[in-house]
Amino acid sequence: MPAGIVLALIALSGASILVGVGQIDIAAVLAGRADPDSLRLLLVSRIPRTFAIILSGMAIAVAAVIMQMLFRNRFIEPTTSGTVEAASLGLVVVAILAPGLPILAKMITAASVALVATFLFLRLVERIPARSSLLVPLAGLMLGGVIQAVTVFLALRFDLLQSVATWTNGDFSGVLRGRYELLWVGFALAAAAYFIADRFTVAGMGESFATNLGLDHRRIVATGLVIVSLVTSASVVTVGTVPFLGLIVANLGSLLMGDNLRRTLPWIAVCGAVFLLACDLAGRLIRYPYEIPVGTVVGVLGSAIFLMLLLRREARLG
Amino acid sequence: MADAGFRADASRETVVLAGLATAALACAVVYMTLGVRGGWDFVLPFRGFKLTAMVVVAVAIAFSTVIFQTVTQNRILTPAIMGFDSLYAAIQTALVFFLGSRELAGIDPNLRFTGEAALMVVFSVALFRWLLSEHGRSIHLLVLSGVVCGVLFRSLASLLQRVLDPNEFSALQDLLFASFNSIDVGLLGVTSVVVVVSCCRLLSIHRTLDVLSLGRDAAIGLGVPHKHMVTQLLFLVAVLVSASTALVGPIAFFGLLVANLAYIAVGHRHRAALAAAALIAIIVVVGGQTVLEHVLKLDSVLGVVIEFIGGIVFILLLMRGAYR
Amino acid sequence: MIEVRNVTKAYGNTAVVADVSLDLPHPGLTVIVGPNGAGKSTLLSIMARLSPADSGSVRIGGMDVATARSDALARRVAILKQDNVMSARLTVRDLVGFGRFPHNRGRPTPVDRDRVAASIAFLNLGGLEHRFLDELSGGQRQRAFMAMVLCQDTDYLLLDEPLNSLDMRHAVETMRLLRRAVDELGKSVTVVLHDINFAAGYADRIVAMKAGRVVFDGAPGDFMSAAVLSGIYDMEIAVHRIGDRRIGMFER
Repeated sequence: MPAGIVLALIALSGASILVGVGQIDIAAVLAGRADPDSLRLLLVSRIPRTFAIILSGMAIAVAAVIMQMLFRNRFIEPTTSGTVEAASLGLVVVAILAPGLPILAKMITAASVALVATFLFLRLVERIPARSSLLVPLAGLMLGGVIQAVTVFLALRFDLLQSVATWTNGDFSGVLRGRYELLWVGFALAAAAYFIADRFTVAGMGESFATNLGLDHRRIVATGLVIVSLVTSASVVTVGTVPFLGLIVANLGSLLMGDNLRRTLPWIAVCGAVFLLACDLAGRLIRYPYEIPVGTVVGVLGSAIFLMLLLRREARLG
Repeated sequence: MADAGFRADASRETVVLAGLATAALACAVVYMTLGVRGGWDFVLPFRGFKLTAMVVVAVAIAFSTVIFQTVTQNRILTPAIMGFDSLYAAIQTALVFFLGSRELAGIDPNLRFTGEAALMVVFSVALFRWLLSEHGRSIHLLVLSGVVCGVLFRSLASLLQRVLDPNEFSALQDLLFASFNSIDVGLLGVTSVVVVVSCCRLLSIHRTLDVLSLGRDAAIGLGVPHKHMVTQLLFLVAVLVSASTALVGPIAFFGLLVANLAYIAVGHRHRAALAAAALIAIIVVVGGQTVLEHVLKLDSVLGVVIEFIGGIVFILLLMRGAYR
Repeated sequence: MIEVRNVTKAYGNTAVVADVSLDLPHPGLTVIVGPNGAGKSTLLSIMARLSPADSGSVRIGGMDVATARSDALARRVAILKQDNVMSARLTVRDLVGFGRFPHNRGRPTPVDRDRVAASIAFLNLGGLEHRFLDELSGGQRQRAFMAMVLCQDTDYLLLDEPLNSLDMRHAVETMRLLRRAVDELGKSVTVVLHDINFAAGYADRIVAMKAGRVVFDGAPGDFMSAAVLSGIYDMEIAVHRIGDRRIGMFER
């Protein structure tokens, strides 16, 4: 399976670089005699876009896996816990109070709001009686709705609905060189998470288990949530929200390869990239030459697969 | 002695309902008269239509939510949370997609609504009968699937719109979807008839509804043809949701809010609960709109404010264990 | 008379009830026993039309439960299941009053009110009638549901583990009550129980199920033998005679 995934990644990346309205003669480019326009198109738009997709796909998948471990719930990810909504609330607040801030500062503000919301959600989950695994994502989706209402209210008052729309629906069509590099930060964080992956696995076994092994559970949780918030904000600020992506990839990974993150995390990340590349390509081809935002495509596919996962789970238990 | 207790209950109900009715009426009067400048001939029909639409929507959402909660045996599910209104939006878009917007624009809006509502009824009754029968045992699964279904329908609708006309996406969205700010007054006639008829039917079977709230097994034991009844109720819920969504678009948490307030106010007997939920809904919509529009000078935020409060109520209900 | 004919019900590939045929006399107190997962509750549900059988038929008092009108059946047979959770907040009196629904369609007459009061008194719920169900203990709630089923005033009563969450006194009182319903009112009562000594102490007839099949059907005296019991439960059970009663005891 790993070989297949890597092949898929390479094939889809190639397709992503080639598909578009402007034609690129790839043979000419490789032979080093491409016309400057083609080359510019490639370097300014196509390659950055493909990188952006791969980076955010990986980062989102890793963030989702970490959240599922920390919340000990298969149905939790940044879009089912209010994290994404909080990040875009943070962006709206920045846009109102300090629109001139550099993008990195914007991202960090968004991440802090996301962090607060995710901590709030964690506290909330602890207080839900009769810990049903299905109530947790439900509460998360609702918390997201409440935060979203605040965002929309502010956006209505300050005429920012347009910007909110770009943050809420994932779209890679605006990605150009110089406008996606923040995603490398997200990727770096995801890579960092890999080095402490064992800790998240242990944290996923529960607080007493972690303590028994001499680990500080609270610190692992805090570290994990900081990483998740930063990664989420980086992708929201550059490409917008991609619903359920991490949830689906993480579940497939766990189903196929188990839960030892040290082993599975890289493959889950690659799966995230592959899935996102495929959805973005689909969005570009369905109504060619127009583009359908990847957020919409993933919204349809993601919720359909999520639904299948839910009902399948029931069939297995029942 | 037992009778005395029952009568005390009944008189409390009457007092509460009378109070709510008075408040609802007061809201309506204030809404019609507050800050009227210039001619009545303009204001009266303009605000009158809007008021009627708000009342129709309020009643439709209140009734559909209470009934849906009885069918599904819990206090946090609402048709909107389960994606009913997103389904309606998806059907609207699909119709434009397959039939073309020009053809549809030529059709009488009332006829169009009837067609859309009919499709909606067929789809939603089939879908929720299946969900309730196959997976109804686990209420949590049911809720979460419903929420995800809602996202699916919403995404489908927006996908179809993008495919339909990538350039006119937002224009299309305005055209297709009503909201509290752009109430589709042209549909007022047919929707109010539909809502009145459905609500009368529901009120006429309020005793059977009470038995249904004991749960499936107990209801069958007491001789209620459960399957038949549930199908009929889902049918009515679908009709009511179609009417309210056609008028003002989706509002997720509104029903949840008013239904639970109604249970607190008058308990679970359907005759009182339905009436109380409808009155509270009218108070919230008309009163809320009056306050926001004329007092706080905040137009176009009623929907958002309702989402905000309703969402918080939902989470509180979850934490208090009302999800059974 | 309840006639069960070749009833089969499967979930997936496992038959929960496999080709069961029974004739339960009227009047009489029949107890269905058997290990967990034997299909007792499923059989009771099929008898009460709460779930459909895959094949076979059940007739109660001559009415086929699969085809008869639900409201007509509700005046002949009442069912009480194990887990009675509900979202509506009702008082004990409200709940018991629902037992009259098959007779009055929700419009109580003075006769109905008398019946409700009688049922409440019958189950010692006198002081609790205006309390909400969620304010009661498990045993009190169980008795409230019993009162509702009694209030339904049917010839046939089907009860799924009615002694669950009852203390010993209320368990004995419940069994005595069912005994009286048979002896004095001529009703036909079918109960699923776990405690074999309760079963033998009160039943006219015992039906034992195992893996979906009926493995014993006969008088309590024949049921209470070490050989029969050990065969049903796959464990050593000794039967002792104490006074004029036989008591089954598990080996420690």
